[in-house]
Amino acid sequence: MIKAGVIGLGKMGISHAAIVSPHKDVDLVAVCDTSSLILEGFKKFTKARVYDDYKKMIDSESLDFVVVATPTRLHYPMVKYALDKGLHTFCEKPFSLTLKEGEEMTDLAARKSLINQVGYHNHFIGTFREMKRLLAGGILGNLVHFTGEAYGPVVTKPKSGTWRSDPGEGGGCLFDYASHVINLIQEIIGKPVEARGSQLKKIYSKEVEDAVYSVLKLETGLTGILSVNWSDETYRKMSTSISVIGEKGKMICDATELKIYLKEPDRNNSFDRGWTIKYLTDLAIPVDFYLRGEEYTAQIDYFVRNVISGKQPEINTFRQALETDRAMELIIADSKR
Amino acid sequence: MDKVLFGDNQFFAVNHLSDEKSREQAVRFKEDSAIIRVLDQAIETGINTFMCTTHDRIANICDHMRANPEKYHDFQIFPGMPYAHKYANAVTELGIIGTIKQYVPGNIFGTFAKGGMAYLSKDFLKLMEILIDAEMKMFKGIKTPVIFIQNVVTDMILGMKAYDAFIAYDEYIRKKYNSEPGYITMNMPALLDALNSVGIKNPIICSSINKIGFRMSGGKEIYEKYLREKEFRPIAMQVLAAGALRPKEAIEYLGNFPRIESVLFGASSKAHIKETKELIEHYL
Repeated sequence: MIKAGVIGLGKMGISHAAIVSPHKDVDLVAVCDTSSLILEGFKKFTKARVYDDYKKMIDSESLDFVVVATPTRLHYPMVKYALDKGLHTFCEKPFSLTLKEGEEMTDLAARKSLINQVGYHNHFIGTFREMKRLLAGGILGNLVHFTGEAYGPVVTKPKSGTWRSDPGEGGGCLFDYASHVINLIQEIIGKPVEARGSQLKKIYSKEVEDAVYSVLKLETGLTGILSVNWSDETYRKMSTSISVIGEKGKMICDATELKIYLKEPDRNNSFDRGWTIKYLTDLAIPVDFYLRGEEYTAQIDYFVRNVISGKQPEINTFRQALETDRAMELIIADSKR
Repeated sequence: MDKVLFGDNQFFAVNHLSDEKSREQAVRFKEDSAIIRVLDQAIETGINTFMCTTHDRIANICDHMRANPEKYHDFQIFPGMPYAHKYANAVTELGIIGTIKQYVPGNIFGTFAKGGMAYLSKDFLKLMEILIDAEMKMFKGIKTPVIFIQNVVTDMILGMKAYDAFIAYDEYIRKKYNSEPGYITMNMPALLDALNSVGIKNPIICSSINKIGFRMSGGKEIYEKYLREKEFRPIAMQVLAAGALRPKEAIEYLGNFPRIESVLFGASSKAHIKETKELIEHYL
């Protein structure tokens, strides 16, 4: 059994703790947060030891890995401390607030050959994974355009909030919602190298943007649209989708289905001409424990497998997350133009 | 429990297969009267149990039921709490403490007179009771013989191995509401083991049970083994695997497990409701 600790017990941290704890190869030995209420709860109901200081937790427990799920501003000191102490590290998204800090964490993990992963969980949803595979195989021919979207009902009226409404902490729709879409575009279609016409729009929030609109140019030269709004109450929960159109057809993908339109049949994948729809029911990654979606467990399974085998990950590495941070910087800079 | 439990996903734009379908449903059930019309059709086919979340709009449906006591005399509700997205979106925006403040009725410092949050931190079970009462308020005067916790909460507790919370829930539902506690989960075998380990015997567990193993964590084999060998009161949900299966083959499969007491399903047309109900009654 390998030993794990979770730092930060908010929505994601609690969810990670609940997934790490039942994992057959992992013992969740310690958790850390600054809220005495939350720590009391863990103390009372779980077997994990509780800490209010992450350094103390890392120093006192002989951990194999930590999950860092604190506000983004705190990722750098915590991840750095964990890596310095030789711990494999899973960090929540977005990765860092400044590129300098992100680079330092990425280099440190590489230098120490520690397993590193960031929680861009959409890559563990079967539909997006299939879209990536098909695009990599060139199924659409030369690409013409893409659209990456996410909508959901996080901030639907004016009022003050938590760190997520504080730009200094890494709050806002760009970091929280759009980062997922940018990361998907980056890993499925291509790396964004330029942003134009970017708008960070406040709708109800005072301090941060509630919507992000931009035209992204990828390193392949392809351009497409980013459209993200976390103040859209026509959605019950966050809904993320990517569409790509190419010379040979089109694909539209979300977390539940992948729709493929082809002008000619594709023999390699045995798709007919016209529409083919693939559903999550056929593509979901099987997991032993389910909480909120297969992808949350699947990403932890992947991380744990790599920690045990020592194999460097290919999905959601610090370096990839750093690229996403870089793309967000491009959008911020462009929006100020 | 009735063999046939009518669900509410279709009313609230929950479709596990298609976001597009969800939107169509949101349009169709924009007015409460559209929901009531379908419920009435379900009643006409002989269905008497509505299993639903504690979505805000259910409160309106309950008002309608209370206003027409004769018509809904034999009708009962199995509530499932909480409506998780309400809390999940609130936690993203307000944080955990902020969410508690928003949803615990009254002034939290008033509710916990002895020292506010500090007192609260030592009395989570009291907090749980207050949240349950808040969610149950809308069902006042309506028969709720079984009360469920939704899978997100069940599975969170299960994952944390915080089994004492199950005991507290179980006792409170029996004592305060004189109802049977039920558990919705995506991890049926693990949950049953956990409940048994803390002395909760023969529990009502609602979980995905379908021919293709969709959302059956740990795999179809262990689910089938538990359905054959273990003592509990299973309710099958997601029997059509989000639409991947045809109703007949889906329900025929359930017939392999005589222990399954009820099947939860949702549909929007009278023909579909009738067809599914007849299949359930035939195979179960």
